[in-house]
Amino acid sequence: MFTILEKEHFSENVVKLIVEAPQIARSRRPGHFVIVRCGEGGERIPLTIADADPVRGTIMLVVQQVGVSTCKICALEPGDSLTDVVGPLGQATHIGHVGTVVCCGGGVGVAPLLPIIKAMKQAGNRVVTVLAARTRELVILEDQVAPWSDEVIVMTDDGSYGRKGLVTDGVEDVIRREKVDQVVTIGPAVMMKFVAKLTERYGVPTMCSLNTIMVDGTGMCGACRVTVGGRTRFVCVDGPEFDAHQVDFDEMLMRLRSYN
Amino acid sequence: MSAKDRAAIERVKMPELDPAVRVASRSAEVNLGISEGQAVVEATRCMDCPDPQCVTGCPVGIDIPGFIKNIQRGDFAEASAVLRLTSALPAVCGRVCPQEKQCESRCIYHRMKCQPVAIGYLERFAADRAREEARKNPVPPRRPAPGAVKVAVAGSGPAGLSFAGDMAARGFDVTVFEALHEIGGVLKYGIPEFRLPNAVVDDEIRALEAAGVTFVKDCIVSRTVTVEDLRRQGFRGLFVASGAGLPRFMGVPGENLIGVMSSNEYLTRVNLMGAGLDGHDTPVLTGRTAAIVGGGNTAMDSVRTARRMGAERAVIVYRRSEAEMPARLEEVHHAKEEGVEFMTLFNPVEYLGDENGHVRAMRVQRMELGEPDASGRRSPVAVEGDIREIPVDLVIVSVGVSPNPLIPSSVEGLSVSRRGTIEVDETSMESSVNGLFAGGDIVRGGATVILAMGDGRRAAAGMAAALAAEECHGSAASDNNSVS
Repeated sequence: MFTILEKEHFSENVVKLIVEAPQIARSRRPGHFVIVRCGEGGERIPLTIADADPVRGTIMLVVQQVGVSTCKICALEPGDSLTDVVGPLGQATHIGHVGTVVCCGGGVGVAPLLPIIKAMKQAGNRVVTVLAARTRELVILEDQVAPWSDEVIVMTDDGSYGRKGLVTDGVEDVIRREKVDQVVTIGPAVMMKFVAKLTERYGVPTMCSLNTIMVDGTGMCGACRVTVGGRTRFVCVDGPEFDAHQVDFDEMLMRLRSYN
Repeated sequence: MSAKDRAAIERVKMPELDPAVRVASRSAEVNLGISEGQAVVEATRCMDCPDPQCVTGCPVGIDIPGFIKNIQRGDFAEASAVLRLTSALPAVCGRVCPQEKQCESRCIYHRMKCQPVAIGYLERFAADRAREEARKNPVPPRRPAPGAVKVAVAGSGPAGLSFAGDMAARGFDVTVFEALHEIGGVLKYGIPEFRLPNAVVDDEIRALEAAGVTFVKDCIVSRTVTVEDLRRQGFRGLFVASGAGLPRFMGVPGENLIGVMSSNEYLTRVNLMGAGLDGHDTPVLTGRTAAIVGGGNTAMDSVRTARRMGAERAVIVYRRSEAEMPARLEEVHHAKEEGVEFMTLFNPVEYLGDENGHVRAMRVQRMELGEPDASGRRSPVAVEGDIREIPVDLVIVSVGVSPNPLIPSSVEGLSVSRRGTIEVDETSMESSVNGLFAGGDIVRGGATVILAMGDGRRAAAGMAAALAAEECHGSAASDNNSVS
């Protein structure tokens, strides 16, 4: 069960895994995540499902090495197995025909963005995708998002690829040049915070997907709580997607440092 | 032996681990269990009343004199067999049931101004004997008879396990689906090792496997498989025992600071994930001064865990007085022995953080008792202007849970209360959806292990009767709204 069928290095620290999980592959929708455990004694960590193949019975996970558990997962090879994969969890993305959608992702956040880009395009939207990374080799999934995007804008902090600048620079240019009906942002919390600030200024509805600390992922522990619109919400069951303009990102950033 | 002689025997005392020793160990069980000799003598105290009231006090209706008299005779295997007839988890019940409020509260000895028979200790003794026996001579998992009717259970906590045991005994092919990576629900993630070792829970689960129950981990009914999927897979009934999900918070300022967490999170990290043990990756915050908000059993489990995890001061902050605490007396007593402080008649109003967002203090409002409220207990009323600040660096909020929304929100036509609990017929435990039964905290919103087990038993009887009736009436009884 949960055997790794394929592995690809997107960069030194970012790995794509194709994992056997037939039931989840069948029932998942864009926006859903899974809880993964690697090894007896392993942590339960949430990972967004980047893609799925219901026929083959596989899901795609993109994992960045940041801590103990993600390092263990990234060290797995085809033929190895994850100890536990449970899901799909969270609320699926609300996909509708809204007009023009800017999907902007930073770093490994592009992975969870991929199914949303696909679904937004399939719903008949004009999709402009903004991919951002620190440097060229950290830009991931460009080829996969391209067929589902009317335009792909790549931003790098150091200008080594695409345009030099932050994700917000790329998004702002699009908002200035054409009418944008919705922005979807997924990436590091600090990136989403600044995207939210920008789009609030322009009055563009913005959806973000939050990657908080979780234990069970089913609503039981409350580790993932965030303040949205002044109310405490649980990312695992109420989210992971929220109105970015209502999210208290400063509190979320603080809580992400709970175990640092 | 005359009744007078029986009554002259003093009630057995449960041997306990020394408080100083046990707070130094995360896992050592506090109650050590009574010896064979003690058990036989204690069993002799039982008057074997013609109309035993203890049985009426038991939510699962265990034949209490029946098992106790077998202990007195020294037939421990038979004692355990009697327990098994009505309880899927006797070794669990013998440890965590509030016997003093149930079976033991109805014991004839109360009328004679004597201590009741130690039914709980005896249950634990018989069940532990059977566990040892099963360990020596393990019974391999059994498959149900070919053609047995398939039924499903969502959740492997006490309600689900009790239902599964009863249905397997009735000859059904039972599959229990569990969302977590371990079987046992709250018995594993919630109740600490020092009160209920996980090994005990595992033994009970092996006994259920030996009785023909199948367990599937990592599977969330409503998510991984839908209720509709289960119907297509041939399951003719579903018992939803998904438990209490969302922890409640109080909504006071600072509650989302680092170091403030729910008892569910704290206990799950420590009990289920083994946080802080070698070879376990899950971290947990520890504190020198831990405040636990609440007065229930979960609050006691949390505060005693905090002591074991190294808190120098571990304080219960409770808004009513000790008399109103819902926790078992034994738990309160054990907590006190372990150096837990009790700040009763105080209620948190704010948490204060340091520059890193870590909780450093809490402000508590002094309370006094007013008129009785809906629960019949005197309600706490704020004493105007009396607010104090106490330094804390770990806060565990243990003020209750709300039902888990995953299943209630996913089944069309399912009648759900305003609180989010599944509404069921009190006798059969059947919901508004034909073939879907429910029990435990998803129906009660937060109760005890034994009440959940009682629900499981009633639901098993209800579902078995419904399926039998369906057989009689042919397939015409099922409709589109049915999981059966």
